[in-house]
Amino acid sequence: MNHDAYDDNYIRSILNNVKSIAMVGASPVNVRPSFFAFKYLAQRGYDMIPVNPGHVGKALMGKPFVASLADIDRPIDMIDIFRNSSHIMPVVEEALKLSPLPKVIWMQLGARDDAAAEKAEAAGLKVVMNRCPKIEYGRLSSEISWMGVNSRTLSSKRAPIPTQGMRLSLNRTSFGGGQTAASDRAAKNKTETT
Amino acid sequence: MTDRLPGFSTLAVHAGAQPDPTTGARATPIYQTTSFVFNDADHAASLFGLQAFGNIYTRIGNPTNAVLEERVAALEGGTAALAVASGHAAQLVVLQQLLRPGDEIIAARKLYGGSINQFTHAFKAFGWNVAWADPDEIESFERAVTPHTKAIFIESIANPAGSITDIEAIAAVARKAGVPLIVDNTLASPYLIKPIDHGADIVVHSLTKFLGGHGNSLGGIIVDAGTFDWSKDNKYPMLSEPRPEYHGIRIQETFGNFAFAIACRVLGLRDLGPALSPFNAFMILTGIETLPLRMQKHCDNAKAVAEFLSTHPAVSAVNYAGLPGDKYNALQRKYAPKGAGAVFTFSLKGGYDAGVNLVSNLKLFSHLANVGDTRSLVIHPASTTHSQLDDAAKVKSGAAPEVVRLSIGIEDKEDLIADLDQALRA
Ligand SMILES: Cc1ncc(COP(=O)(O)O)c(C=O)c1O
Repeated sequence: MNHDAYDDNYIRSILNNVKSIAMVGASPVNVRPSFFAFKYLAQRGYDMIPVNPGHVGKALMGKPFVASLADIDRPIDMIDIFRNSSHIMPVVEEALKLSPLPKVIWMQLGARDDAAAEKAEAAGLKVVMNRCPKIEYGRLSSEISWMGVNSRTLSSKRAPIPTQGMRLSLNRTSFGGGQTAASDRAAKNKTETT
Repeated sequence: MTDRLPGFSTLAVHAGAQPDPTTGARATPIYQTTSFVFNDADHAASLFGLQAFGNIYTRIGNPTNAVLEERVAALEGGTAALAVASGHAAQLVVLQQLLRPGDEIIAARKLYGGSINQFTHAFKAFGWNVAWADPDEIESFERAVTPHTKAIFIESIANPAGSITDIEAIAAVARKAGVPLIVDNTLASPYLIKPIDHGADIVVHSLTKFLGGHGNSLGGIIVDAGTFDWSKDNKYPMLSEPRPEYHGIRIQETFGNFAFAIACRVLGLRDLGPALSPFNAFMILTGIETLPLRMQKHCDNAKAVAEFLSTHPAVSAVNYAGLPGDKYNALQRKYAPKGAGAVFTFSLKGGYDAGVNLVSNLKLFSHLANVGDTRSLVIHPASTTHSQLDDAAKVKSGAAPEVVRLSIGIEDKEDLIADLDQALRA
């Protein structure tokens, strides 16, 4: 596995297949990158679990913090590690004791531990290092292109509608407009009288 | 399956532009709107707090402009870009992220005359000092480095003389000094030179020239190479320190390798205000689709015209890096093997007056202050673009009194040569 450059298909298949994500090092402080990523991924429908022993008793977007991976009461598909490179190995070792095993270890932008990656891959897990899942999701969905970012994707297909608010909906509240038949009639009446 | 890397011409047509998600429109729509509705209060707060990607207000971003940004980022091989109102606005916004009052920038002495003015006067008034260095003498850049140096600024192909800069050598000086290298790639366009491949950390353009290419729209752009570590040494607080404008967010920590482009947008463009009109973005995007075709024709025509002039009895010298005997020919073959660009100067035996006469006798070349148009253009820099410089500075920047600058268009080269020939004889 080349961890210097990932194929889009590798990242896409991970983001398409995982459902639950434990974020180790999640912060409740709303200007921290982990908070941004947590909120973004939760809004994209992932089952997010904040892991941080310093914040047990609090919640992040309604999800209670847990102290460690072992405290999570349901299977986890992906572990997103928001820690420095020097703190990665113990998290990976803890992850490899879980049953069932998670499918993916993801290390945040700036974090890389090749030995930990090798260990996880030997156990059959997929690994991504030095990337942000929010940025990758935004890039592959073209949403990040709104910020002038080079998504490195080309497509002649209509882009997926990226946020729920933009979905064309019959149930959108509307103001004015009136009945088509009535306005036709009004227009007709007007021409006839002049 | 490995991702296929698209070629330059494919990127020039497609990068950044997908069919419109709502209407299916295939050409990029002109989103001629000042503002964008929020889904709800939380969405609005997320956008303002930089937590979500999306559109707020066209001074900060616009979907048409975003296509242009991604297109140029892709062509330059950068991580992200920011389009602004002009090339000069791009330079302003870039330096605002990097310099505080009392800081310095080292700039190549061979620059567009307007840039020399901008650095010497407008930026000086902000307390940003410029140290000039000679791109033909790399050591002059090294000697200019001080503890206050925050960036180095060069042109890849310099206006007006079309000289080629040794980008890699100057990139090495920048790396050693721990400062970013900014390359104005206007005259080359990424078709001829991709400065990021040679060590540039930031690329700027006047889109007004070859990228737009039709002489109809002003624009500028900043491309982030994603290569510079802004947090090392705390030299760049706009990127490394908690930003009070955004409740204490650190831009680099949050946006990683496209942090510089984001800083330019959310701190620079937002607060200084030189936004690009979406209509101009559309015009420039349309121009970029044919950039590879046009640029090759520009270069081929320019080479033919330069060859013609170099044997003309009224001409004392031609500065075109594409000519085998030229001082910059070796650098051209290294950095711009497809062609030496289409902007160059030549000197007339008859001096200043011959320059003025030539300009008035030409019938196809337009006498105006621009370059990089489909039409061929001519100007006498000493009496126009470089007239504010003193005589010594004129000579140093390649605009001596007997010098005429051409920007060769994409007409038939035989017609351009005939027009020059009749004007030189008249
Ligand atoms: C090399 C170069 N850089 C920057 C500029 C400034 O660009 P603008 O006129 O779009 O502000 C020019 C304009 O002539 C130029 O030739």
